[in-house]
Amino acid sequence: MNPQLLQLICFYLFGFIAVVAALAVITLKNTVHAVLSLVLTFFSAACLWMLADAEFLALALIVVYVGAVMVLFLFVVMMLDIDQEKMREGFVKFLPVGLIVAAAMLVEMLGLIGVKAMHAQVMGADPAAMAGVSNTAWLGQALYTKYLLPFEVAALILTVGVVAAVALTLRQRVDATRHESASEQVRVNPRDRVRLVKMDAVRPAQPMPVPPQEPSS
Amino acid sequence: MITLSHYIVLGAILFCIAVAGLFINRKNVIVLLMSIELMLLAVNTNFVAFSRFLGDVSGQVFVFFILTVAAAEAAIGLAILVLLFRNRSTINISDIDSMKG
Amino acid sequence: MGLSTSILLTIALAPLVGCLLAGFLGKFIGRAGSHTVTILGVAISCALAFYVLYQLTLGGAPVYNQNLYTWFQIGHFSASVGFMVDRLTAMMLVVVSFVSLLVHLYTIGYMSDDPGYKRFFAYISLFTFSMFMLVMSNNFMQLFFGWEAVGLVSYLLIGFWYKKPTAIFANLKAFLVNRVGDFGFLLGIAGVLYFLGTMDYTTAFAAAPSLVGKTLQITANTHWDAATVVCICLFIGAMGKSAQVPLHVWLPDSMEGPTPISALIHAATMVTAGIFMVARMSPLFELSQTALSFIMVIGATTALFTGMIGIVQNDIKRVIAYSTLSQLGYMTVALGVSAYTGAVYHLMTHAFFKALLFLGAGSVIIAMHHEQDMRYMGGLGKHMKVTCFTMWIGSLALCGVPFFSGFYSKDAIIEAVGESHRWGAHYAYLCVLAGAFVTGLYTFRQMYLTFHGKERFTVVEHHGHAQLDDHHDHHEPGVLEHAPHESPWVVTVPLVLLAIPSLLVGFFTVGPMLFGNWFGNAIHIDEANNVMAEVGKDFHGAMALALEGFGQPPFFLVLAAFVITTYIYLFNPAMAGKIKSALKPLWTVLDNKYWVDNVYFAVFARGGVKLGQGFWKVADAGLIDGVMVNGSVSVVHRIAATVRRLQSGYLYHYAFAMIVGLIVLLGGYWLIGSGVAGQ
Repeated sequence: MNPQLLQLICFYLFGFIAVVAALAVITLKNTVHAVLSLVLTFFSAACLWMLADAEFLALALIVVYVGAVMVLFLFVVMMLDIDQEKMREGFVKFLPVGLIVAAAMLVEMLGLIGVKAMHAQVMGADPAAMAGVSNTAWLGQALYTKYLLPFEVAALILTVGVVAAVALTLRQRVDATRHESASEQVRVNPRDRVRLVKMDAVRPAQPMPVPPQEPSS
Repeated sequence: MITLSHYIVLGAILFCIAVAGLFINRKNVIVLLMSIELMLLAVNTNFVAFSRFLGDVSGQVFVFFILTVAAAEAAIGLAILVLLFRNRSTINISDIDSMKG
Repeated sequence: MGLSTSILLTIALAPLVGCLLAGFLGKFIGRAGSHTVTILGVAISCALAFYVLYQLTLGGAPVYNQNLYTWFQIGHFSASVGFMVDRLTAMMLVVVSFVSLLVHLYTIGYMSDDPGYKRFFAYISLFTFSMFMLVMSNNFMQLFFGWEAVGLVSYLLIGFWYKKPTAIFANLKAFLVNRVGDFGFLLGIAGVLYFLGTMDYTTAFAAAPSLVGKTLQITANTHWDAATVVCICLFIGAMGKSAQVPLHVWLPDSMEGPTPISALIHAATMVTAGIFMVARMSPLFELSQTALSFIMVIGATTALFTGMIGIVQNDIKRVIAYSTLSQLGYMTVALGVSAYTGAVYHLMTHAFFKALLFLGAGSVIIAMHHEQDMRYMGGLGKHMKVTCFTMWIGSLALCGVPFFSGFYSKDAIIEAVGESHRWGAHYAYLCVLAGAFVTGLYTFRQMYLTFHGKERFTVVEHHGHAQLDDHHDHHEPGVLEHAPHESPWVVTVPLVLLAIPSLLVGFFTVGPMLFGNWFGNAIHIDEANNVMAEVGKDFHGAMALALEGFGQPPFFLVLAAFVITTYIYLFNPAMAGKIKSALKPLWTVLDNKYWVDNVYFAVFARGGVKLGQGFWKVADAGLIDGVMVNGSVSVVHRIAATVRRLQSGYLYHYAFAMIVGLIVLLGGYWLIGSGVAGQ
């Protein structure tokens, strides 16, 4: 079988799955299902990128998105108690508007892009393979030389993102019992906790015998 | 044979689906966030395709950065969402209207 | 031997030092200390001024002209502080310092129980400094500095009794009227800078002939002669400072100030600054016949018509004030006929006898316990003999009686006007001749009303001196607490010292100063205009001139005035009232000072208030506050109220707007792209 044809078939297959899954994302009633559909979309997209020889990014998409971001989504969706019905309000009402806007945009985009001209662009040889390296090495060379500073900045942004996310959701649980302030523990002074009392090593005195009462007249 | 227009058209379709998603799910913030992820995916697909067809690594580098920023954005967005839910017990956008002029 | 810079600096700065000491350290050095330092400062200046005059006249010193300090520099134009001392300056220095010194002395007596004693000394010393800077200047900038500085001191001193509403009104009026003149003066200086490119006298005067033929384009078809415009602008400054019609209104009111000031500033020195300035700038003024005619007509009008007002005044100081106006008019006429030396000479003699008259009037006022109305005086001559005698000398000098100093200067002016053929000279000649008669009338009327005739005041002896300090408090006009008596020696000595030059200075100096080209190059007269030379042809010595004067029309006019006033005020006092009612319309006109004040008040003061109110109500409250400030607020408010509806606060509205925008943008690109492709 012609490998190019196989590629094309694969492209159509994954493309179809991606579009259908994307439609499912925006239309499914259950948010959990929508998240799972998005995962499917990402998978298909990763496959499409693989077809374009962008192996590293395809895997990164799966690892980062499916493995981390989408899990986070799922986590949030399941954690929050969401009234599904209420969320669907206005779905039918806005459906036509959404469709018209989306269709208009699609037509305009395709018109602007000039599909016919692009059609002439056939996928040639893999530039990474031509350079004699793998896609990862090809990308890495660019990333660590020409784009080193942006790369560092991206790392910083991620860090800030993590800190921000934690800072936003962290809350002081005043009612929690199994929680002690570390600084308070460090600042403990022995004298506050233990009181040494010096006592004589003697037996406690015998209770005094009660003197006989004087008879009252 | 796969041509550039295949990828571009697919990107445009995904993008427009995402736009439609923004419109018809105007109450559910989570779906809105997912639509935005979908838009980014469409853009990334375009970048990958151009990088491949032009033989230029910059496109893939950009995808890399977009993934980074999108991940951060998703994390912070969801954090805000959690905070919102904790404070107002809803994520319905119609209820988040204290900024209404 | 030349003049040294240090001497000239000392002349200028000694009064300033005195002023600063008395002004800022008055508390520490006390009253006696204040008058000691200021008098010392002025005395040093006076002695050095005489020395400078001696050096320039007999010592053969050359003219001193040097820049001492660069005041400021703008591009190529630099303004410096410098001195130019020639004989004209030296004469001014002597006159100013001499009169100033005597006024300082006199003030000790006149202001003895005034709470502002130290302040007063500081002011007059400051004035002396300013006047020195004015006359010694070698450039227009410094002249303007001195000009404004003397104006400032004049303002301060007219309003010296700042609790008196009339004084406040008078000093404000003087200040405002002088602003009008100074505006013209400033324009004139600007004109000099524009046309001649320099502020320095020597350079400017050397370049002055280049003004001929230059014009100033006013409108498309109107070209004004440059020299005329510059000279008239400069002269407008002189009109303000030297109180010429129609800017004369401030001078009579300035009599609200203390009398020593009236003598020093408003009679002898400051008001003559305008005359000095025009004489100094004679090389410029000689270029414009039009400007000189203008000056002459203004001067002649002032000389006659303000003198006439003096006839109906009852306030002793105001009579002298109007007489000052009239005499300033004479000087201005002399300038107008190119008889600069005559003008300056009259300036000098007038300074002596007018200061004498004012100080004498002040002496009378002291004796009358600050009563200035002549209707409550009379017969004072036998109580205060020195004052009476010296004032008679001053009066005769003022009237131009032969042998008195005023005769030589005034007669020269009248003759010079007679010789002139300039446009308007006939009018001017009539005015100055009639002015001589008018001068006689008001002078002798004043003397008779004050010193002779019946006593029109009553003396009510009060025992107890509780009221003595409060001498502005008139209980009853014409009622005195004790009999008038002669003033103390600090008052009479200056009178005597002034009486001497009033009597003699003319006789001894007329030959060289007026006809002997004594001023040298300080004053420039075009040959064609030299009327003084014409007058001088018949000059055969001071004695001959005086004897000749007895046969001249001015003397007959003064004599007539003397006879008339003597008859009316000594022998037939009732007649004054009869004449007054017979000439009621004329009297009304004069008593209201030709309604000039009223017109100014109605037009400028009221108009200014109206204009201000108009600006306030229409421009400020209506336009700025209403339309611009509140208007912009309300526009913003309205727009915001509309636009605010777009800010729904719903996220999806914004998203929708964004996406619609995107669609429109894409559509636009698409259309343009296909349009370009279609071509």
